[in-house]
Amino acid sequence: MLQHTVQTCIHSDTQLKYLLQLADNALILSHRNSQWCGHGPILEQDIALTNIALDQLGQARNLYQYAALLLTEKTGITTTEDQLAYLRDTGEFKNCLLAELPNGDWGQTVMRNFLISSYQFFLYQELQYSNDGQLKAIADKSIKEITYHVRWSADWVVRLGDGTAESHARMVQALELLWAYTGEMLEPCDYELPFIAKQSSFIKAAWEAKIAAVLAEANLIHPTNDWMQSGGKKGIHTEHFGYLLAEMQFLQRAYPGLEW
Amino acid sequence: MESSLDIDKEKRVWDILETVSDPEIPVLSIVDLGIVRGIELMDEPTSLTISITPTYTGCPAMDMMAAHIRIALADAGFLKVQINQTLSPAWTTDWMSEAGKIKLKAYGIAAPVAKAFNKEYLEDLQMECPNCGSTQTKLISEFSSTACKALFQCKDCLEPFDYFKCH
Repeated sequence: MLQHTVQTCIHSDTQLKYLLQLADNALILSHRNSQWCGHGPILEQDIALTNIALDQLGQARNLYQYAALLLTEKTGITTTEDQLAYLRDTGEFKNCLLAELPNGDWGQTVMRNFLISSYQFFLYQELQYSNDGQLKAIADKSIKEITYHVRWSADWVVRLGDGTAESHARMVQALELLWAYTGEMLEPCDYELPFIAKQSSFIKAAWEAKIAAVLAEANLIHPTNDWMQSGGKKGIHTEHFGYLLAEMQFLQRAYPGLEW
Repeated sequence: MESSLDIDKEKRVWDILETVSDPEIPVLSIVDLGIVRGIELMDEPTSLTISITPTYTGCPAMDMMAAHIRIALADAGFLKVQINQTLSPAWTTDWMSEAGKIKLKAYGIAAPVAKAFNKEYLEDLQMECPNCGSTQTKLISEFSSTACKALFQCKDCLEPFDYFKCH
């Protein structure tokens, strides 16, 4: 009986970390993308990226709401989605480093979105078969949106990679900078294993095939370096992350409990 | 077993919900859009439970629609209304009513052309321009004024127009 209780606790703790990791990736990428609002290269694409940021925020909200519900049930203390998004500090966030890196130029931004959205696509495709009903529902809903994010970002990678000498050079630079951060997404850490241990090699292979196909179409040479940076999933973040949270969390920190 | 009184009441509630519009596309009611997933009548005559589902996860209009549902139902005497948000099954444009599609076109937005969500098609589609009826159109951006629409331009009348994406 005691054994059973302990296992349940471990499981729900792992589940919580897993949900937070998914949510943090969506929120932090959304925040970075939202920083383009009003600064996009042309109006239509400014609107497109802002819409993508909104989708990602919506996905993060669904995941935080679910995590908050589990936490409330577990601890008996009411926890809200806002507390999870706005009152945790750097070490508690579990997003991949790739999501938090600065936007750089438009090329770097669309490349980052392509690398992450493609991963999310294959991941959520698997989560649609999750035996956790709520996670499955969130995956069913999110993948429709992510499908458009992959199309949009892949289109831009091809357009710029196979564009002018200047745009091509920028994309080469973006890929070189971002590549070492892609490995972290693809290698499941301890709290992800119970959820995607069996699927992770398939997700990785599908992601690699998609990336290779689009890079080839974009006339970009596939990177060969395989040393990968990691840390975000364990709460060890880049120096950029504190500044990101300072901006994103300012309102709730300065005016606790403020509602829109 | 539902009494005929309940059926009448339920129809009345659907009629009231028909008057609540999507704040982003005021020509469509929330029923046309397919976001009302169910009505549950309670024993108490002024009590109701309504289930709604978001079109997109980040749709900022959901809270406003819920508020408008409350107001419309309160006006009709339904004072205790519970609104549940459901995620599953995920909303699809397949739920949009035929009447809704006609209203969309009249409003200047091309309605979803395919039945189910198909990933491979968008820029190949020849959309009918809601302004001049030409099918010579091109995709400008897969995202438009809201996440649920794409931006097209007509090659004949040169007018840009929104297309409500299959989802």
